[in-house]
Amino acid sequence: MGLLEVDSLRVDYRTRRGSIRAVDDVSFKLEKGELLGLVGESGSGKSTLGLSIIRLVPPPGVIEQGSIRIDGDDIIDFSAEKMQSIRGSQISFIFQDPMTSLSPVKKISEHFIEFIRTHEPKTTKAEALKRANTTLRDVGILPERIADYPHQFSGGMRQRIMIALAITLNPEIVIADEPTTALDVIVQAKILDLLTELRDRYGMAWILITHDLSVVLERCDKILVMYAGGIVEYADSKELFRNPRHPYTQRLLQGIPNIEFSDQKLKAIPGSPPNLLNPPNGCSFSPRCSEGEPRCKSEKPQLLEVIPNHFVRCFKEM
Amino acid sequence: MAEKGETRGLLFGLIPGLKSLAERGSAGWMIIIGTLIVFTILLITALGPFISPHDPTIPNVNPPPNPSPPSANFPLGTNLLGQDMLSRILCGGSIMIQVAFLSVVFCFLIGVPIGLLSSYVGGSLDKTFTLVMDSFYAFPGLVLAIAIAAMMGRGVINLALSIGVVYVPSYYRIVRSQVLTIKELPYTEAARASGARGRTILLRYILPNVVPSIVVVATVNFADAILTAAGLTFIGLGVGIDVPDWGWDLSKGRELLPSGAWWVITFPGIMIVLLALGFTLIGEGLSELLNPRLER
Amino acid sequence: MGLRSYIIVRILLTIPLIMLLLSIVFLIIRVIPGDPVLLHFERKASEEAVEAMRQRLGLDKSLPIQYFEYLGGLFRGDLGRSMQDFSPVSEQIFSAFPATLELAICSMLVATTIGILLGVKASESYNSLKDHLIRAFGIIVYAMPIFFLGMIFQMIFAINFHWLPANGRFPPRLTEPRGMILFMNQPVGIAVWSFMIGLLCLALHVGLLRMKGVRFWGQGSTISLSHFMIVWIVGFTVWIVGFSYAQLNMSGVVRVSTGLFTVDSVIEGNILKFVESLRYLFLPSLTLGLVLSGVFIRLTRSNMLETLRLDFVTAAKARGLKESTVTYGYALRNAFLPILTMMGLQFATLLGGAILTETTFSWPGLGRYLVDRINFRDYTAIQGAVVYFALIVAVVNLIIDILYAYLDPRIRY
Repeated sequence: MGLLEVDSLRVDYRTRRGSIRAVDDVSFKLEKGELLGLVGESGSGKSTLGLSIIRLVPPPGVIEQGSIRIDGDDIIDFSAEKMQSIRGSQISFIFQDPMTSLSPVKKISEHFIEFIRTHEPKTTKAEALKRANTTLRDVGILPERIADYPHQFSGGMRQRIMIALAITLNPEIVIADEPTTALDVIVQAKILDLLTELRDRYGMAWILITHDLSVVLERCDKILVMYAGGIVEYADSKELFRNPRHPYTQRLLQGIPNIEFSDQKLKAIPGSPPNLLNPPNGCSFSPRCSEGEPRCKSEKPQLLEVIPNHFVRCFKEM
Repeated sequence: MAEKGETRGLLFGLIPGLKSLAERGSAGWMIIIGTLIVFTILLITALGPFISPHDPTIPNVNPPPNPSPPSANFPLGTNLLGQDMLSRILCGGSIMIQVAFLSVVFCFLIGVPIGLLSSYVGGSLDKTFTLVMDSFYAFPGLVLAIAIAAMMGRGVINLALSIGVVYVPSYYRIVRSQVLTIKELPYTEAARASGARGRTILLRYILPNVVPSIVVVATVNFADAILTAAGLTFIGLGVGIDVPDWGWDLSKGRELLPSGAWWVITFPGIMIVLLALGFTLIGEGLSELLNPRLER
Repeated sequence: MGLRSYIIVRILLTIPLIMLLLSIVFLIIRVIPGDPVLLHFERKASEEAVEAMRQRLGLDKSLPIQYFEYLGGLFRGDLGRSMQDFSPVSEQIFSAFPATLELAICSMLVATTIGILLGVKASESYNSLKDHLIRAFGIIVYAMPIFFLGMIFQMIFAINFHWLPANGRFPPRLTEPRGMILFMNQPVGIAVWSFMIGLLCLALHVGLLRMKGVRFWGQGSTISLSHFMIVWIVGFTVWIVGFSYAQLNMSGVVRVSTGLFTVDSVIEGNILKFVESLRYLFLPSLTLGLVLSGVFIRLTRSNMLETLRLDFVTAAKARGLKESTVTYGYALRNAFLPILTMMGLQFATLLGGAILTETTFSWPGLGRYLVDRINFRDYTAIQGAVVYFALIVAVVNLIIDILYAYLDPRIRY
């Protein structure tokens, strides 16, 4: 039994113009201490998938079906209070934009004290501060800055603070939604290294959501590629790098610059993602796929385990 | 920007059908209901002198004792002077509407040109105007209107002027802030770069984009002007005595309260509320259409 | 720039604003066509009487001289003499002001409480029936003429059911609460007074220590000369001023009195008077507060809707904080700053509304004073009251701005 098991999850946004299927029949497993990369372009449903794991899909989004089991318990059946007690202590979430993720009128210390004492009411303020200091040191923030306000920190430092908040209570799972997209390149690498380092030290499992395959390729254990709400490929990252099987993954990999081939041409994928209000019949990638067969337009391929631990949703592999 | 363009279409295209408005959710409905209320009241006021059953100014159309409660002959009762309340309601809107309309026109004519000029020229002119306007804005509006009205004396124009002065800064501020934003937008820059003259830019590029916000301010302002006019009348600075006017009837009704003559205040009060409500609804709806950031 | 220098700059910026306000009032009263003295007599008096009035009020001099005399008078707290009875306008205004202040504070409390609570509730259930109802309530209340709502309340609660008084500020059968009396000429009075000054000095001493980050009983509580001087000078000055004020008043009486009947009756320790003053205060402040609450509902709702969508709110939820903590501690706390600014701006509206409310409920405040004087065509008094209203608004806005800087850490750059 895995730490986190998501099974045939479906999330819809019920809008006035019809319902949009943001997450379509997604299943995967996360083991203890595993680093999973969740890759997809914007609108592919990766953020919604992340938010549905902590049951915070913004309205009008609704989890229509499926189960999300943590240590065997399905959190979809949990009461609102039970869910609150899990968020932050068992599953943490890190958001994309560190500049807006902290309340501008609260000191860093207030964020920590409030957070720790919500989950462990018996903790005194002094103890909470002490724990905050320890985690802040872990992420590379000087403890004496705990009395400062968010606007006194740079973006990279704020993301470090968000990470510190996320790991304070030793959660088993941390979900990071594009944690580095809003930061500049050098800070990005440092933050990503910090995540791996924290994983090695504390052994929590990470789900790293990103639109940039190159970011997760070398750091993650497994990679899950999403397109138009569904999984198109799911494999170990080495295997995925060596033998990408879905045309979409192949195209994504061709889009990554590589220093070893200086004359390499980077290729963009023609077309744009489908309109989820009127999804195409058959394979959702078929309108942009260069290797399509006639049945791709009419029939939906199933996600198949082509070799052990390598899942692909494509007729080519059947 | 697309939203703004559409709204401008709505304003100038003579409402291209209620259906499309209603599809815009609460904002559309507010505009529809508000417009209905306002038009009904305007219609009543315009037809008032022709359809009212009695002459609203003749006392003792009902033989004493007065005030008498609603009856078959006088559906809304009579006031202390024995005048028919229904007739006074039907005819009593014109003063208030005239005053409000004139004051809005006055604000518009003063506030908009000064705002355009000051923000477009900039420099010390802008600073001076802004300081003066800010100090007017900081003034308690009703107090300012009272002071001016007390000095200028009675009359529709005087009342409209004293109310108008209060709201000039609102126009100035909205125009100024809009112009300062639009001035920096790429298409204005582009027009400037391609050699358009200052006046052309101001009138052809900036003004049309400021208009929607001004319309919103003007509608909300209309409601405020009505309420201020009613307030001035209430404290004895209104237009006159012989003219039927809701504000006047309402303030006279206060003296009759202890006798329990509820009909003397209720009906004129409701009319003022409805008129102000209609304009508030339109203004609220328009501003929601203009700032669709809250729509999900 | 620290918080302190921000406050100093803000105070300095208020001065030109106030000068402008004063000039505007002067211009309105003196320059708009219409001679105040002629208007006062309604052209019914003889040339001599008009001229005598002009001379007595200094209105016969040239405009610039009048202007400087007016400003000079204001600096001395002199608002001129009433055309009606030639008594100083400033005294009349000072005696009317507490009633208006009491009404204003209570209505602001009503308006912000109703406005913020309903606004938050509406934003929590966006686009639901509850949201629409609250919005409709806000808009209707906004479109209500204050005096109409006031009269409806009078009709229902006072005339029909006799639950609450309809007019006035206090029942005529009771003496108005006047606070606590300190008998200064008697030894006990002097002892009490000195003891209170002692407490003041102690508080000042502890406060100064805290500002330096030293605890009263803690280490390093050595005090500097300037510290010592401040405590002594302040204490001694207050003691002398209080004492000599008591001597000047031939009765030798110093009162602890605010002019707010609710507070004064508490100081007096008289529960009956407290209840009575609340009963009289209830309808006027409910009326004014309700009308004003519309703006706050609207503003709170739209600010909350924007704030609730910000990342830190979702992030706080993702940390498992309670729903109420997220709504009030995170969203409202951040949405509150624009609401605070609105409170400053609405204070002007509030005072305007107070004039109408006071007239409706015969509440003996500044607004009713102004309206009374309009009926007498007493232009010095009108000018004085208008100046006073303008000054109050300027000061309140200054206070709100300082409070804003204090609450928003980002302003202290």
